[in-house]
Amino acid sequence: MPDSQRMFANADGSRHLLGLQGMHPTRIEPFLDLAESYVLLNRQRKTQRDLLRGRTLINLFFEDSTRTRTSFELAGKRLGADVINMTVSTSSVNKGETLLDTAATLNAMRTDLLVVRHAQSGAPALLAQKVEASVINAGDGTHEHPTQALLDALTIRRRCGSLAGLVVAICGDVAHSRVARSNIHLLTAMGSRVRVIGPPTLIPAEIERLGVEVFHDMDQGLDGVDVIMMLRLQRERMTGGLVPSAREYFRFFGLDAARLARAKPGALVMHPGPMNRGVEIDSQVADHPEQSVIQEQVEMGVAVRMAVLDRLSRGQDRTDR
Amino acid sequence: MSAVLFDAVRLIDPATGLDRPGRLLVENGIIAGLDMAAGDSVPEGATVIDGHGAVLCPGLVDMRVTLGEPGYEYRETIAQAAEAASAGGITTICVLPNTRPAIDDPALVRLLRALGDETGRLTILPYGAVTRGCAGEDMAELGLLREAGAVAFTDGTRAIADARLMRQALSYAGGFGAMVMQHPEDPSLARGGVATEGELATRLGLPGIPAAAEAILVARDLRLAQLSGGALHLCHISTAETVALIRQAKADGVRVTCDTAPPYFDLNETAIGDFRTYAKLSPPLRPEADRLAICEGLADGTIDAIGSDHMPCDPDDKRLPFAQAMAGGVGLATLLGVTLARVHDGTIGLMRALELLTAGPARIVGSHAGRLAVGAPADLCLFDLERAWQVVAGQLPGHAQNTPFDGRALEGRVIGTWKAGRRVFG
Repeated sequence: MPDSQRMFANADGSRHLLGLQGMHPTRIEPFLDLAESYVLLNRQRKTQRDLLRGRTLINLFFEDSTRTRTSFELAGKRLGADVINMTVSTSSVNKGETLLDTAATLNAMRTDLLVVRHAQSGAPALLAQKVEASVINAGDGTHEHPTQALLDALTIRRRCGSLAGLVVAICGDVAHSRVARSNIHLLTAMGSRVRVIGPPTLIPAEIERLGVEVFHDMDQGLDGVDVIMMLRLQRERMTGGLVPSAREYFRFFGLDAARLARAKPGALVMHPGPMNRGVEIDSQVADHPEQSVIQEQVEMGVAVRMAVLDRLSRGQDRTDR
Repeated sequence: MSAVLFDAVRLIDPATGLDRPGRLLVENGIIAGLDMAAGDSVPEGATVIDGHGAVLCPGLVDMRVTLGEPGYEYRETIAQAAEAASAGGITTICVLPNTRPAIDDPALVRLLRALGDETGRLTILPYGAVTRGCAGEDMAELGLLREAGAVAFTDGTRAIADARLMRQALSYAGGFGAMVMQHPEDPSLARGGVATEGELATRLGLPGIPAAAEAILVARDLRLAQLSGGALHLCHISTAETVALIRQAKADGVRVTCDTAPPYFDLNETAIGDFRTYAKLSPPLRPEADRLAICEGLADGTIDAIGSDHMPCDPDDKRLPFAQAMAGGVGLATLLGVTLARVHDGTIGLMRALELLTAGPARIVGSHAGRLAVGAPADLCLFDLERAWQVVAGQLPGHAQNTPFDGRALEGRVIGTWKAGRRVFG
C-alpha cells in the first residue's frame, strides 16, 4: 500500500478514514502540513484543481448536516470531482432498503469516494467492508468524527504553533459527542493534555482510560487551559432526564465571559457548530473577535477535507477494480 | 432395531460419577448393558462401534435454546435446529417461549413436544411463559402449562421486571412444583444499551448497559425467592457480582440455581471490537474480570449448568450497524467444544464439564435425560477429547450461522450422536 494511503490506514489496513483512534502522530503532522497548503490555495481567487477530475464523490448522508455536507461538497468540487449528494434518511431506508443494499448500488455506480454520515456508531465501518470506494466517516453515531478533529487540530496549530504541551478542555455533552472522541484520540496522540468537563450524566463511563482528566466543575476545569472546545447540547438531553433544564445547564456548564477568564489569557474558544447560544455558549464569547475561532474552524474544514480527498484518492486506479 | 455395542470407549456419566474404559450395549433404543466385562456375549448381528478410547457420555441436555419455530421459521426451523444439535452431541433441548405466538397456551407446549419427537433426533422440553405473550403483565395459565408438559416458567429473553408479579409467579409456580427462570437484567437500566458500559463502549460510541443491571435484578429476585419460598433459576449469568450474590444465597439456603453460556466464559467484550455484530449478545459480553469470575463459578459449583443460549438470527438481522443488529448467537454445534476449552486450560475437570452439560441441567428441569443407566433411553454422545477443529461461520451444521466464536480453534469434537439408540449424527 502506498504511503499516501497508509496515512489513514486502520487496523485492517484498509484505505478509508473511519476514525482517528490509534493514528500515529508521524502520520498526522504531515497531513496537517498538506491541509495547510490547501488553506493557502483556497484563499486564492482561482481554487479549481484537477486532482479529482473524472472521479465521483458521493456524499451519503443518513442524517441531516448541512454544514459538513457542504464542506465536503466544496472540497470535492474544488479538486475537480463529480460530487453527488444523497440524503437517504427520507427515501430508500423508509422503503426498507438496508445499508448494504445501498452499498451494492454504490458499487454498481463505480463510486470512488464515499462520505458517510450515519446516526449509528460503526455504520461507515460496515459500509467500508462492502464497497469498493474509499469511505470517509463524516460522523457516526457517538463514535467518531475524524475530519472535525483534524480541522480542529489545524485551527489550533495555526494559532498556537503546535499541539504538544497544550491544555485543551472539551466541555459539555461528551457522552453523546463523536467530536469529543475523535478529538481525544488526536489531541492525546499529539501530546496535548485533555480535560473533559461536564455533568456526570454527560460524561461516559471510564473515559479517563482514554487518557483524559475529568472535571464536573467548569471553573476548576477551565483553570489555566489554552483551548476550550464547547460541544453542542442536543435539546432531547434536557427532556431525557440527563439535564434538568437549559437554564440550569447554562448556569453551571455554559461558557460566558467570567468563565472564559478562568482560562489562560488569549485562550482559544472553539465550537463544532451549530451553536445553541445561551445554552452552552454565551454570544459575547462566541463572537469574541480575538479568542473565538469558530468561523476559522469552518474555513479549515474545507481545507482539511480537500487534504483527505487528496490523500485517499491517490493511488486509486479504477482499472484495477 | 438392531443392537449396538460401543467398544473401547471411555464411559463417563456425571450422574453416577462413572469414569472408566468399558463397553456399552444398546438394544431396542434402550441402554441394555453398561460396563460389561470383555467376555460377555453380544447379541448376534449387533453393530460394533470401536471408540478407540473416545468418550461416551449421555447425550447433552441444552437447557437454553431459542427456536425459530413457530413464527420465525426463516431464522431456523426445528428440523434445522435438530441437525445442529445432533452435530453438537445434544439430544435434549429446553426451549424458550419467545416464539410467535409465545408458548403461553397448553396446546403449544404439546405441539412443541410432538414436533421434537417428529424429528426423531431430539427431545424438546418447552418452558412455559410466565406472562401471556411474554408481555410482562398478566400471568399465564401456569398450572395448565405445567400439566401439558412445560418444565419450568420464564419470559425467556425478557426480564420479569415487575417485582410484585415476580413474587406472585415464584409463589404460584411453586404450588405446582415448578421454578421460575429469570433473564437477569434490569430493563430500565439496560434500556437502549448494546454493550457493557465501560471503556470499550465509550471508545466505540455505543450506548452502554452497566454490568450492575444484572446484579441488581439478581439481588432483588433472590430476596423475592426467600420471601415467596419459590424456586428461582437465574439464566446465563455473566458478571462477577452475580456469581458472588448467588454463592452467598446458596450458602444461606435460598432455593436458587443458575446457568451460564459459553460466550461468558470463553469471550470477553473485546470480541465486539470493530463492531462485530455476531458478538452482540444479550446480556452483552463482559470485561475479562467477569469472565474469570464465571470460570470460578463453574469450578466451585456455584453455577449449576451450561446452556448454549442458542439464538438463530437471519443474516439481514445481523448485517446492520451494531446498535441496530439483533442480539444473540448460535451455540448448539459449539456447546461441547467451547466447554471443553475450559477442561483443556485446567479450569474444570472433564467430569465437571460434562455434569454441567448433562446431569446438571437435567436435574434443574426435572428430566430423566442426561444419564447412563440400564433401562434408560440410549441418548448418547461420542466425542474425541483431543480432535482439533475450527469454528467457521458459514460452515456450521444447521441453518443459522451467527456464531460469536467465528474463527475460534477448538479441541474436542463430536464423533457421533445417538437418539434412542438411532445414530443421528456422525
